[in-house]
Amino acid sequence: MLRLTIAFLLCTLTVYSQDTIKMDLLKEVEIIHKRSLSDKTGKPLSTLDKYLEKSNMVNMIRRGAYAWEPYLNGMASERSVVTIDGMRIYAACTDKMDPVTSYVDITNLAKVNVHSGQSAAGAAIAGSIDLVRKKGTFGEKKLSGMAFTGFETNSEQQVIGGALSVSTPKMFTDIDFTYRNAGNYKAGGGEEVLYSQYTKYNTSANVGYRVNEHSQVVASVIYDRAVHVGYPALTMDVGLARGVIASLAYIRHGWETKVYYNTIRHVMDDKQRPVVPVRMDMPGWSKTAGFYSSLKGSEGKHTWKGNLSGHYNKSLAEMTMYSNTAGEKDMFMLTWPGVLTYYGDVYGEDSYAMSERWRTTVSAGVGVQNNVVDNVQGLESLRIFYPGMERNKVRVLKRLSAAVNYMADSWQYTLGAGYGERAPGVSEGYGYYLFNSFDRYDYIGNPEMKNERTVSLNGSVSGRTGKFSGKVSGSFFHLMDYIIGRPRAGLSVMTIGAAGVKVYEQLAYADVLNAGVEGDYQVGPYLTWTNRLSYRWGSGKGVRNLPLIQPFTYSSGMGFLRRAFSADVVVNGALKQARYNEEFGEQATAGYAVLNVSGAYQFRLWRSGLMVKTGVENVMDRKYRTFADWNRVPRMGRNIFVNLIWTY
Amino acid sequence: MNLLKSVLILITFSVFVSCSKKEDVVIPDDLDGLTLVTTLTNDTHKVALYTTSGKFQTGYNEVYIQIKNTQGIVERNVSVTWLPLMHMMGMEHSCPASAVGNKTNGIYKGYIVFQMAGSEEEYWDLTVNYTIGNTTYTVTDKITVAEAAKRVVESFKGADNNRYVLALVHPAKPAVAVNDIAAVLYKMESMTSFVAVKNYTIKIDPRMPGMGNHTSPNNVDLTQGTDGMYYGKLSLTMTGYWKINLQLLDATQTNLKGEAVTDTNEGSSIYFELEF
Repeated sequence: MLRLTIAFLLCTLTVYSQDTIKMDLLKEVEIIHKRSLSDKTGKPLSTLDKYLEKSNMVNMIRRGAYAWEPYLNGMASERSVVTIDGMRIYAACTDKMDPVTSYVDITNLAKVNVHSGQSAAGAAIAGSIDLVRKKGTFGEKKLSGMAFTGFETNSEQQVIGGALSVSTPKMFTDIDFTYRNAGNYKAGGGEEVLYSQYTKYNTSANVGYRVNEHSQVVASVIYDRAVHVGYPALTMDVGLARGVIASLAYIRHGWETKVYYNTIRHVMDDKQRPVVPVRMDMPGWSKTAGFYSSLKGSEGKHTWKGNLSGHYNKSLAEMTMYSNTAGEKDMFMLTWPGVLTYYGDVYGEDSYAMSERWRTTVSAGVGVQNNVVDNVQGLESLRIFYPGMERNKVRVLKRLSAAVNYMADSWQYTLGAGYGERAPGVSEGYGYYLFNSFDRYDYIGNPEMKNERTVSLNGSVSGRTGKFSGKVSGSFFHLMDYIIGRPRAGLSVMTIGAAGVKVYEQLAYADVLNAGVEGDYQVGPYLTWTNRLSYRWGSGKGVRNLPLIQPFTYSSGMGFLRRAFSADVVVNGALKQARYNEEFGEQATAGYAVLNVSGAYQFRLWRSGLMVKTGVENVMDRKYRTFADWNRVPRMGRNIFVNLIWTY
Repeated sequence: MNLLKSVLILITFSVFVSCSKKEDVVIPDDLDGLTLVTTLTNDTHKVALYTTSGKFQTGYNEVYIQIKNTQGIVERNVSVTWLPLMHMMGMEHSCPASAVGNKTNGIYKGYIVFQMAGSEEEYWDLTVNYTIGNTTYTVTDKITVAEAAKRVVESFKGADNNRYVLALVHPAKPAVAVNDIAAVLYKMESMTSFVAVKNYTIKIDPRMPGMGNHTSPNNVDLTQGTDGMYYGKLSLTMTGYWKINLQLLDATQTNLKGEAVTDTNEGSSIYFELEF
């Protein structure tokens, strides 16, 4: 360890410190939010979920109006690594009500790096998503700030918040605060979707200190608190989802070392539901501590990156059911039996410029993961199903990737291949009677599964000629030992009304194909025509269609931009989803098309700016649902919004 | 640092407290963990009866006996027999009871399976016969047998027209786990004679009536062990109230009593209850 640190120190002399290294050839960067907020985003105070949904590589599985689950390359969240500024966070909800993305707010973030395939983030199949926070800069003494507010008619959502940043040559400080409060939304046609309300408070702060001209220290904290969150697609709601995420980083040119800690508390209950077969509480906790040290550098034609990381997590979730018979004792079980994860990882990547036009990138990484079932009752419960189960399970998770990139004058071609492995997630490995409200099965984890593996190919062509710019991209994942819950005959359902019990098993193989096309055309001096198409396909051995796979989806819009005024008309839609998984509870979903319009004006008031943005979503008030809507809960109907952002 | 210090102090303190407490109470004796139920007295001896709960209840009772003479000296090397008897309005009957064995240090151990509770009019008494040297003594007195909070004993007539008594022995402390389950099975030969039954099978089907009457996987039906008791495995997937539906099969696997739980039949006519 010490030797390695010294090696890192020596290397810093030749470090390439610019951020513009084009190493991640397969990366898609979603710029969320420039400091001025005058970017072209449809709705600046939209939720992060809606931003991510615009990426061709990401689908957001929706269980309500809040906390959607990111599916990268058509694969469930267990198959990707989602980090916040490189920090690992484990969700605390057994029912996926709190993906990592739910513990930040759009106002915390500068961009989202969506990476397909293997990366420094850790062992994954589909790829990784890094939510990159806004961070101040050192500079001349300056105070700037922002205040914003928004209102939406459909769910009577209010957004209020602000941000303040101070920079000096030695220090910078940013703080921001956002409050969101939404009532139940109404589907197209006016039908109220019960239990779709939520309230969220998010505050974050960054403090940077420049130690000397080479190095700086940055401390950062996010406090996120969502309360009274409804999940119309599920049988339970969330009283509280609280995340505290803290880190301390030391940055020396291209070398960054960070230690971090985060703690999540998630309180799931059915207190708001008037009629239930039996009352229950399902709280969960997740605590993660970790570090990473990453170094970027270049030497001659090589540009390289090394990353050393490790983390520890404890996930615990329990369920208490209150008998309807007076005097009977509560029924208690551990749905996540206190699962400890110890994970260590080494990763290296080198990009070699063979010529001016050709570049190859290779990467390799290995992670070692040890899972321990910490709680005795939890271990004994699982041993009911797996009598010989060991308390510990060590896995070695390898990954490799290679890509070739060719830069023509205005076009860029990339072709890559990768190999990756992952360990089963906490629920897949150790979940205990987790009810899935979509297929209405109780799920039992399987601690004896092998690693899931993938061989993937991906490629893209992007470029610009005259008024046209476009990108065609595709990826194909061949997964081996694909983890999926399958019905197990002979097991008795625990949840009242459940259809059966599924146990996680492994299919010999599964294949997932992703394809996307983007094209923009400059119609005139002020008009841009933007188009986006995407399609996924997924099938496995003995499972004709993998669940929650996106059908052919499109978006086409005309944008107008002239000086301080901008306007958009966009149509989003999808064709009928005919390839669905009945065993998972899916049904065919009809095609749809939804029209959105918006307009914005940027006022200049002395030294400050005021942006007013207003628009109508789902103008025709269509009642529709997509493949990504858990339990087929319809999406929001017509919604008029106003966003006001004042910057100074 | 401060926190660590205070934790250390707390640990030291609690160790000290728990040690000193033990010194006050503990008599180095094999009656540790047992509570006196009652003492049967005659002119020469006091026969003290102990159980873990401090009472006799319907079902399986492990009973410990200590005999002291009038000087308070514990009698060792005693051979003991006993006879529990129920005095009903129109009849008298006994119940299954084991032989009384020697534990250590003058404590004698056996078990009694009470198939019903006593009341003012219909009561249990216990006769203890014991031999010290060549002299045989006897003592008889009324004992109080309470109804157990949960159903842990079944007394029924089988399809073969015999009367059986089936009582739950373990788990005494059920856990969310695969529990060892044990039971005793007796056939009633006469009003005062019960004999242990050999080579039967006791089928179990644990259910949670409060939670959709679901069952649990990997249960093992009870079969007879070398010591005559019946042993099996009982999976309890969560805490709460469990009903263990029973079926009694004879040595030829013929059903004598109890019904399978199905969609239309919520429970068997014979069952045990556990709540934890």
